[in-house]
Formats: sequence, C-alpha cells, structure tokens
Amino acid sequence: MNSWSWSVVQEFMPRFWDGVIITLEALALGTLIAFTLGLFWALAQRSSVRWIRVPVVAFTEFVRNTPLLVQLFFLFYVVPEWGPSMSALTTGIVGLGLHYSTYTAEVYRAGIDGVPAGQWEAATALNLPRVHTWRAVILPQAIRRVVPALGNYVVAMLKDSPMIAVIGALDMLGEARAFSNETFTSEALTVVGVAFILIAYPASLLMRYLERRLVH
Amino acid sequence: MMTSEFFESWFLPGIWITIQVTVYSAVLAAVVSFTVGTLRTSQFWIVRFLAGIYFEIFRGTSALVFMFWMAFAVPLLFGVQFLPMGAGVLALGLTYGAYGSEIVRGALAAVAPAQREAGIALNFTRMQRLRRIELPQAWPEMVPPFNNLLIELLKGTALVSVITVADMTFSGNLLRLATNASAPIYTLLLVLYFVLAFVLTRGMRVLERQAKAGIGQTPPSSGLFSGLRSKSTDTAVTGGVK
Repeated sequence: MNSWSWSVVQEFMPRFWDGVIITLEALALGTLIAFTLGLFWALAQRSSVRWIRVPVVAFTEFVRNTPLLVQLFFLFYVVPEWGPSMSALTTGIVGLGLHYSTYTAEVYRAGIDGVPAGQWEAATALNLPRVHTWRAVILPQAIRRVVPALGNYVVAMLKDSPMIAVIGALDMLGEARAFSNETFTSEALTVVGVAFILIAYPASLLMRYLERRLVH
Repeated sequence: MMTSEFFESWFLPGIWITIQVTVYSAVLAAVVSFTVGTLRTSQFWIVRFLAGIYFEIFRGTSALVFMFWMAFAVPLLFGVQFLPMGAGVLALGLTYGAYGSEIVRGALAAVAPAQREAGIALNFTRMQRLRRIELPQAWPEMVPPFNNLLIELLKGTALVSVITVADMTFSGNLLRLATNASAPIYTLLLVLYFVLAFVLTRGMRVLERQAKAGIGQTPPSSGLFSGLRSKSTDTAVTGGVK
C-alpha cells in the first residue's frame, strides 16, 4: 500500500460515528415503512376488488423493477414540485421504505399462500369475523415463517442505504465522501467499506440462525 | 424542454452506455458465479473455505461503496487507475457474481447424488462430470433465479452514474441541471429502466424454455404481463440469496 495513514483514520472517526447513527436511523425507519407498507400491498393484492388489485400489482411491479437511485432522484427533485418538500434524509428513508416494501409484499404474499387451506376453513367453521381470521389465525402463522426473509431484506436495505448519500444525506458514505473531499485522502472510504462488511456479516449469520429455528 | 440535439448527443448514447455496462458486468458476474459457485462444491476444504470467504465478503459489501472505493480510493492506495466504466463494471460484476455463485452452488447441490455416483462409476474425471453430467442438469434450475439477479444488476447499473460514467441516469441528471424539467426526465428514466427489465425477462423466459426442454420439461406458460420475476414461494420464504 502506498499511502495509508492511521492518523487520518483517527481524524475521521468522530464523523464516522455520526454517519453510522444516520445510517442506522435511515435503516430503522426505512424498515418500519417497508414492513408495514409491504403488508398493506400484500393484502391489497389479494383484494377481490379488481380496481384495487390491478393498480397495486402494477405499481409494486414497477417500483420493484426500477432503480432505487432514480426513484430517490424522483422523490427529491420531482415530488417537491407538487407536494411536500423533504430533507435529503427524509427522502432517503421514504425511498428506501417504499422500494423495499415492494419486496416485503412478495415475502408476505408467499407467507400467506403457505398457510394451509385447513386454517381458513377452520376459521370459517368457527364463524370468525374476517378481521379476526386475519389477525388471530392467518397472519401469525404466515409472518413467523417469513421472519428470516424479511430480515434478509433488512440486510439488503443496509447495503443499499449509501444511495441516500447521493442526494446529500450525511450517512456513512456521505460523511466519508465529504471528509475525503476536504482532506484529499482516501482512508475514509476504506473504513466505511470495511464497516459495511462488519455490520452485514453478523446480521446475515443471525438470519441464517433464525431460518433454521423458525422455518424448518 | 428536451431539445432534440441534447437528446441525440447525450440521452441516446446514455441508453447505449447503460446497455453496455449491463452486458459487460453480466458477463463478468456470470464468470465469477460459475467459477466461485463450482469451487464452493470442491472436495478440498481449503478451496471451499476460500471461495466461501469471497462469497461472504462480497455479499456483505455495499455495491455503491465498493464502486466509490474502486474509483477514488484504489488509485491513491495502490496507484492503479481504472477507467470510470471499468471501475463500475468490476464492482458490479464482483458483487453480483457473489450472489450468482450461491445460485450455482445451490443448483449443483440439488442434482441427484446418484448422477454424480454414476459419473464416478463410469470413470469420468471431475471436470467431465461437471461439464457432461452436473451442470447440464443444474442449468435449468439456475435460469429463473438468474433472471431475478439480472434485473437487480440492471438496476445496479444506475449506480455508475455517480462515478461519472455517462449512462442514462447521468444524462438524465445533466438534463435536469440544464432544463429544470425534472418530472418528465425522471419519469422517462424510470419507464426506460422498466422497459429494459421487461425485455431482459422475455429473453430469460426463452432461455428457460430451451433449458427445460433440454431435460424434457415444459415450464408452465406464463402470460406476457405475469410479472417480471419468477415467483418461487421457497426463495421468498427463506430470502434467497439477496
């Protein structure tokens, strides 16, 4: 290595931790949106009303198959023209949450499809109201099976979260870029790159453990 | 608004660059997938271990951070300067190759053990078994997950715009700076990416049909608008490789 200096790393550390907090904040709130909105999409896709089902399927399919980066640009530059103006971080959180909600919708759908038909029939036989059937019979069984898959998408979201730096949020990558530009050094990028691996690896180990415990 | 001159000098070449980046990184990712995926089924533990380390490291890597690192940190650290497109293609190919290696490994592991044993009984070498027996049977299983991965890769190519490769996202941003008409530009961009993903899916469906025909299966026919991804209940439940 030609130019590696630990003192530069030392100097970057305070800003690195600021970035970690922003990244985790974006991840936590993005996950919250993705999990709730995804369940909403999954239920809407099963609706018996054609006018709800078809647009929701089309919308989620479109969002899932177009780049998150361009969606972030869209939310950041287009939405304020006829809607609320949001900070870069808020835009990033909404973008991450919305994008990944279309993935979690698929996960919930698979989980719901995996609940045996006998459970539905039992709920009908017991004359349970529709809301009760979902809340007390179907969803608990469906969600238990898909927890590891949902977790994997949290890890995937973590790895996509640096995209919010492109619209100006000061997450780990945003701090590293700002620091590198001010000091003409490159250590910060390496630190952040290693940090992602160090966070993502234990997280994916945890998901594999959950998969063994909950799915099989 | 969008002048035809700008459109011809920036936007159309941008589409072409996006297609090029997609093709180059898909080829690199395919090479990495098959190499690492096969090595992960090796009989030597050290080979399995090293290939496993590659998989774990690149699966934990954020493609965007890696791309920045290749473009801005590697020249300072090692004195190697890539062309921007080279850095982007390498970063995408290496990361998506790691995901692909899991597809290859899984499909090889799913080939019936008796097939491998038959190859051994016939005195095939390891390479002959792989080429003549295991890969041909594993290949049809790989095509649908590769389709999903290819769409992820296409979406990932938008990232090269931030390391100054003039792909269509890059030219879209230029156009916004020049005209301030962000709504039509980004809508057009999203639609273009969707169209490309749609075209890729149709191509992969043809490939799947051929691959399955090769082992005497017919995949269930899916309508033109049946969604771009193959929906496997199993991968959705376990999260697949993502």
